[in-house]
Amino acid sequence: MQDELIRRACELLEDGTVNRVLGWQKGQFVYDITPAVFTSVEEVKNNFVYNDFCGANLSKYLRSESEKEGKVLVFLKPCDTYSFNQLLTEYKIHRDNVYAVGIECYGKADVEKLRAKGIDCITDVKNENGTLKISTIYGEESVPAMDVMAERCLNCKSKKHVAYDELIGEDGEVLDSHRFDEVEEIEKMSAEERFKFWQSQLSKCIRCNACRNVCPACTCEKCVFDNYDSGAFNKAPANSFEESMFHIIRAFHVAGRCTDCGECSRVCPEHIPLHLLNRKFIKDYNELYGPFMAGAEVGQVSPVVDYTKDKDAEASVVQKGGAE
Amino acid sequence: MIVKVAYSDLNKVLDAISANEKLYLPVDNAAGQAEFKPYTEGVQMSKQLNTLRSAKDFFFPQVQPMVKFRREGKHIDIFDERSESEDYVIFGARACDVRSFDVLDNVFLADPVDTYYENRRKHATIVSLACNRPAETCFCGSFGIDAAKPAGDVQAWIVGDDFCMEPVTEKGQKLIDSIKDVLTEGDQAAVDAQIEKIHEILDRLPLKDVKPVDNRDKELEVFNSPKWAELSSHCLGCGACTFVCPTCQCFDIEDFTGNNHTIERYRCWDSCMYNDFTMMAAGTPRKTQKERFRQRFMHKLVYYPIKNDGMYSCVGCGRCLKKCPIQMNIVKVMKALEEDAE
Repeated sequence: MQDELIRRACELLEDGTVNRVLGWQKGQFVYDITPAVFTSVEEVKNNFVYNDFCGANLSKYLRSESEKEGKVLVFLKPCDTYSFNQLLTEYKIHRDNVYAVGIECYGKADVEKLRAKGIDCITDVKNENGTLKISTIYGEESVPAMDVMAERCLNCKSKKHVAYDELIGEDGEVLDSHRFDEVEEIEKMSAEERFKFWQSQLSKCIRCNACRNVCPACTCEKCVFDNYDSGAFNKAPANSFEESMFHIIRAFHVAGRCTDCGECSRVCPEHIPLHLLNRKFIKDYNELYGPFMAGAEVGQVSPVVDYTKDKDAEASVVQKGGAE
Repeated sequence: MIVKVAYSDLNKVLDAISANEKLYLPVDNAAGQAEFKPYTEGVQMSKQLNTLRSAKDFFFPQVQPMVKFRREGKHIDIFDERSESEDYVIFGARACDVRSFDVLDNVFLADPVDTYYENRRKHATIVSLACNRPAETCFCGSFGIDAAKPAGDVQAWIVGDDFCMEPVTEKGQKLIDSIKDVLTEGDQAAVDAQIEKIHEILDRLPLKDVKPVDNRDKELEVFNSPKWAELSSHCLGCGACTFVCPTCQCFDIEDFTGNNHTIERYRCWDSCMYNDFTMMAAGTPRKTQKERFRQRFMHKLVYYPIKNDGMYSCVGCGRCLKKCPIQMNIVKVMKALEEDAE
């Protein structure tokens, strides 16, 4: 598939459709892949990579990239297209400056899961029909790709591309995933157990802000937690603060906008399952307001802000404020 | 002199140490990652190569209360939050982390001495552990660190079924003497063979050829390198690298004024990657992520060596290689600077 993407990127660069390509760049190992912008055919041919470790969602970078001169080509996996749509909905991306190519995805590998299996000093990984053949300096290993797949991919919500200018490969369907199973487990806990669960998770937080900075829904010019005058400014991880404020408030803030791309949990150095907070909101939305998937369409309005005075608003509330 | 205990009896050593003083060692947490925890009876030392967070937390914790003020009418009480630390032992630190203590010492113990740091530092005895199975992200050798001879006050090796230890300093000798009842005489030749074995592995590591360039006389050239724009272009501006780094030492001092009439002054880790780092009344001198990114690596690879006789403030532990959300890290920077130098 990588060859196909490189071929198409070069074509689009050469025929002037785009003047640069937003994709993934080779690292020193097979897995340490960096998002990058390529401006020449040569760069694409030498450094572009698409493999089992290209998990990074490139949509957020379009915020700044689409501000620039000329069209940028971006490769979007199915789940990335939801973030893309959501950013369009929020007017964060200039659509005219983007050429979006949807690409198939069979799920991405999580290198930490490989390490957890005791496979270390990895020098190469090849996917042979769903089996990862891993070379390490200590010998060869072989693991079914499913066994080391990222959690978000095991619970993939959709193989369908909800936005693209062209598609490479096949489009898939929205999946009936099990992504809410773990949320249900947490719902079943007593309030005390649940508090303990989140306390043990959130107290690991080191406030590196990676979850926030990688999040396609976190696009504020200045975060309230970075604003000295906000009263919520806090640079130090104080347990009481992390447990009661930072992550919870962030989850509230992205509720209805979060597409469950799972980047927050991917980047958390402490492996805090932050995606579960977001999934709880999504599950509640579905149950309270009917099925809703942020990013499914451009221009969608989240159920909690989609109300009309006549239909949805409690009459006494509307009248009290003197709106009439 | 080498002393040893059967690896299966390691807890006898841990029990003996903790009978005298507080003991910290790497333990696997529920998420399967290793972190330094206080020893309690029966706790097993992690078999993982390294802890998620570095050992710098012992001397330079992420949050450090400094002083407290309390106001009553026109009267202000001032409370010094310092108290003399007890003696304690850090067990199982790796060679990279042990070197990071030297890096931090040069900063915090230089005049004027940081008494908060000094207090914790001088009461610690460090038992290091050689790396039998280094990872692909390891490059401590690039900075002259030998993972087979991890230094500290006592250095240790796992040799077959034995846990072998050798005191390096007087403090280390004192520790070994205090637990000699559970130890037997070890075999120097066996340890030497293990060291040889580790050296062979280190020679096969993929990053073994990464070398820092001595740019002490090219400060401005490196500063002005066009490479920084590209290297930093996709940096998210989070602080993951700085917070898992054993040598990052920048901090901020803040007042917590949440309680009535009380101000709690604390210091906490800060990250040069953050947009409010070094924020002043006139704004920040590092306006874009490029300048912030550059600062981090200039500090480690150029400014620190200028001030510290060529010593780099990276120890090659590889934590940032594992934890950067976009996999842009110091090795990629070092390689880019190497190209510039050629």
